[in-house]
Amino acid sequence: MKQSTSASPPASGFTRRKFLQGSGAAAAATVLATTGGEALADHHGDEVIAGETTITLHVNGQNRQAVVEPRTTLLEVLRYQFELTGAKPVSADGSSGASTVLIDGKPMMASTLLALSVRDKKIETVESVSQRNSGAVPAAFVEYDAQQCGFCTPGFVVAVRAFLDKNPNASEAEIRAGLNGNVCRCGTYANVLQAVIALVKGGPRG
Amino acid sequence: MANVQYQWPSASAAQLLGTRQRRLDGADKSTGAAKYTYDVNLPKQLIVKALDCPHAHCRIKSIDTSAARRVPGVVHVHVIKTPKKDADGNTVLPEVLFQGELLVAVAAETEGAAAEGVGKLKVEYEVLEPFVSEEELDAAVQAQRAKEGRPRVSIQAEPDDDVEDEEQFENDEIERLFREAKYVVEGYYGIDAITHCCLEPHGTTLHWQDGRLVAYLSTQNVSGCDDGFAAALDMTADDVDVHCEYIGGGFGSKFRPDYWGIAAAEISKKTGRPVKFMLERDQELMIAGNRPSGYLNVKLGADEKGVVQIWDSAQWGTSGVTGGGVADKWIPYVYEPPNYRRRSTFITTNTDQSRAWRAPNHPQACAMSQTAYDDLAAKMGANSYDIFERNLKHISSRQKAEVYAEEMKIGARLMDWQAKWHPHGKGPRRGSVVDGLGMAIHMWGGGANASTCQVKIHPDGGVESYCGTQDLGTGTRTICAMVLAETFGLPISAVNANIGTSKFPFSGASGGSTTVGAVAESHRRAGQDALAQLCEKVGEKLGVKPASLVAAAGRIHVAGKPDEGLSWREACSLLGMRPLEVTATFKRGQKTPLSDEGVGGVQMAHVEVDTATGQVRVKKIVAVQDMGLVLNPQTAESQIYGGVIMGIAYSLFEQRIMDPKTGAFLNSNLANYRLPRLGDVGEIVVEIYEPPDQRERGVIGLGEPPVISGGAAISNAVCNATGVRVPVLPMTPDRVLAAIKSQGRASS
Ligand code: FES
Repeated sequence: MKQSTSASPPASGFTRRKFLQGSGAAAAATVLATTGGEALADHHGDEVIAGETTITLHVNGQNRQAVVEPRTTLLEVLRYQFELTGAKPVSADGSSGASTVLIDGKPMMASTLLALSVRDKKIETVESVSQRNSGAVPAAFVEYDAQQCGFCTPGFVVAVRAFLDKNPNASEAEIRAGLNGNVCRCGTYANVLQAVIALVKGGPRG
Repeated sequence: MANVQYQWPSASAAQLLGTRQRRLDGADKSTGAAKYTYDVNLPKQLIVKALDCPHAHCRIKSIDTSAARRVPGVVHVHVIKTPKKDADGNTVLPEVLFQGELLVAVAAETEGAAAEGVGKLKVEYEVLEPFVSEEELDAAVQAQRAKEGRPRVSIQAEPDDDVEDEEQFENDEIERLFREAKYVVEGYYGIDAITHCCLEPHGTTLHWQDGRLVAYLSTQNVSGCDDGFAAALDMTADDVDVHCEYIGGGFGSKFRPDYWGIAAAEISKKTGRPVKFMLERDQELMIAGNRPSGYLNVKLGADEKGVVQIWDSAQWGTSGVTGGGVADKWIPYVYEPPNYRRRSTFITTNTDQSRAWRAPNHPQACAMSQTAYDDLAAKMGANSYDIFERNLKHISSRQKAEVYAEEMKIGARLMDWQAKWHPHGKGPRRGSVVDGLGMAIHMWGGGANASTCQVKIHPDGGVESYCGTQDLGTGTRTICAMVLAETFGLPISAVNANIGTSKFPFSGASGGSTTVGAVAESHRRAGQDALAQLCEKVGEKLGVKPASLVAAAGRIHVAGKPDEGLSWREACSLLGMRPLEVTATFKRGQKTPLSDEGVGGVQMAHVEVDTATGQVRVKKIVAVQDMGLVLNPQTAESQIYGGVIMGIAYSLFEQRIMDPKTGAFLNSNLANYRLPRLGDVGEIVVEIYEPPDQRERGVIGLGEPPVISGGAAISNAVCNATGVRVPVLPMTPDRVLAAIKSQGRASS
């Protein structure tokens, strides 16, 4: 296990895929935070981490230790080290929304976040998010049959929870405009829409 | 024991069948608890990633794996595409015929190490000329990639016609029919190739246990893939267990272990470690399933009422490296004019071979022909509804014309068709926006596949069942439990229905809408057989004829006299010490009162087109569908919603875009392989058509039909809105604008 602090962050300009195929020898967490679409404030300054290192992640209310390399994504840690397989690997670039998790309450794609970049963040996965408000979101998904194969569903459930937290009284038009980050190949959108409309109508439980 | 008469309860007697039931695994799916193949993590498993070929056509000159092997964390490198020796012992370089084919697999401790290993592989290629321009028939002919099929001709000869030279006769007759036709329409229509794009990619997580292979496989063919592994690995199927509790999409692309599944088994054997080998997203799009493209020129002739009398078409397209394309058998679709000539040309391209895509051939056939029927309506200045209805005179569907007519009426009411209708291109304009209506009809078989179910009734009243089927998200698991619960007069929660492994009795692959019929057959038969045996015991105990007994509301009692009987548990206690085990089998195609085949359906679309931007927005879709006896309206409706949305997807969004120069699949990622999102689907109204005479037919599969007619319906609606045919699906904004421009009717 090596850990060192030196040098300035590497220049940006490589793609994530190339990066993942790179040596994994050294990279600064700060650069990669920007791939999340939103710059995450980094509390680790100019630190450079190389090779494997053990970090602590705050996941679903617990501090858990993970062994990561700079290139290790949050999604890999969740799925391979924490057995939290609700967030799904569908598209590494996050365009499917299937790996949606909440980072400090905001929906983000675990597939585009490096594990190092979410130290000190509150990470919530579907396994925990789905239980909030007495499990109202999954209950509505079941009631309105908003899952077929179900592979997109956990991502959708997290996205819906985050959307409702922000828009508890959303109109149908707002729902249609606000839940477009998730792809469903089986075509459950009509059912998801019904479920979310019912959740809004359901008031506080929703 | 008396012979059991297999039958469904009447609508009034049924307690569960026909009622809305929540799917049993909905909560597991929506909380993330459901474990898919990708989610199964075996102790000490290796992650496998593969190098895919960047060229659409090339020969592999050499592969150097040494640098990859040196990557920390890489445990094993497995060359998939190995050189072969010819008859003279000379080495033959492997040829790759489409981009994405997997060449070398790297097994490593982590995803990162596997990816890095893949990045370190060195391959020398000899690049060869690719051909992927499937829409360009002339180019295909020139590149010697085109092969003509046998024309199919049917001309109604008059009794005194001289049919000595058949071809001359056909030509003369076709000419005569067009001369006599009141209306003649000529058109060009097409539909691009799309992919299956399952959200859970193809792949497997597997390990060897004492010489036996245990494979978690994302498959729609649980009972058939043990044989698939066994055949490829030179072993027998008894030494393979396939498991698939949950599958993240299949749509016709996941029937086999595939060569990467076999590679996974080989790597696992070699390393002595469990292996997870799932395709990457771009690989999933490039090599794990696509639907053939189709393009068609047609001239049709109709009488004064708009009934088509002669259809003369020439079509082409591809299903990939081995040629093939959309079967002309379904052209024109559902409708079958008295006279027709259909010619097809099959093109070979450097793209992966197609796989069955939900309703093989039908969506393309519908989109390439019912658009022409709509153009006939446009030419006549007629209401499309009337033309679609009048042509029901000549159909080739196993569903009856009267059923289609009835479904059209229902659809028109739900769409408010007559009030919204305007002749093609003559609707009101709001700025640059116009709106329009379109419709189309479809058909499908959906007969039951083979299936065996074993039912166990325990002396304490517990009920469990075993069937080697799978639930693709259609609600199969729920149907299994519902059918047994109905049969035994129990609540669904009292039945433990087990599916999803090849260890259970054989059940056919889920393809062609055959699963609901299959499991309804096997579970009802096993249930009725078991109940008959239980009734023997109860009859003996109560001193009544077993045939007089029924199972309802948790009791077995004399029909009409709930008090003369036993509770379910009391009845089961008569079994003694051992559970009652009953197995029943349904053979595909056998005569049966429980299931049938042949459905119809109608879809109507209302769209808005912005003639300035080319953007098409679906306002509303109405889908009317029959399926015989509806077991669970809740999940049936979901299937129809899903089919409609997939129809919107291939009508307006998704297409495989190939680079004609390099043969590269340009949009093999979800950011650019566009699929509709929640905000793109408008209002969808689903109506299940189940009058008593349809219910009596028994169960018929539903998976495919609702995905078929959306393409033609939406295309027709765009044409009705703009007065211009956008010939090829998907109708992307650039194509809509090009079509408008080419007909000089762009908004001013
Ligand atoms: S339910 Fe299958 S992808 Fe959404």
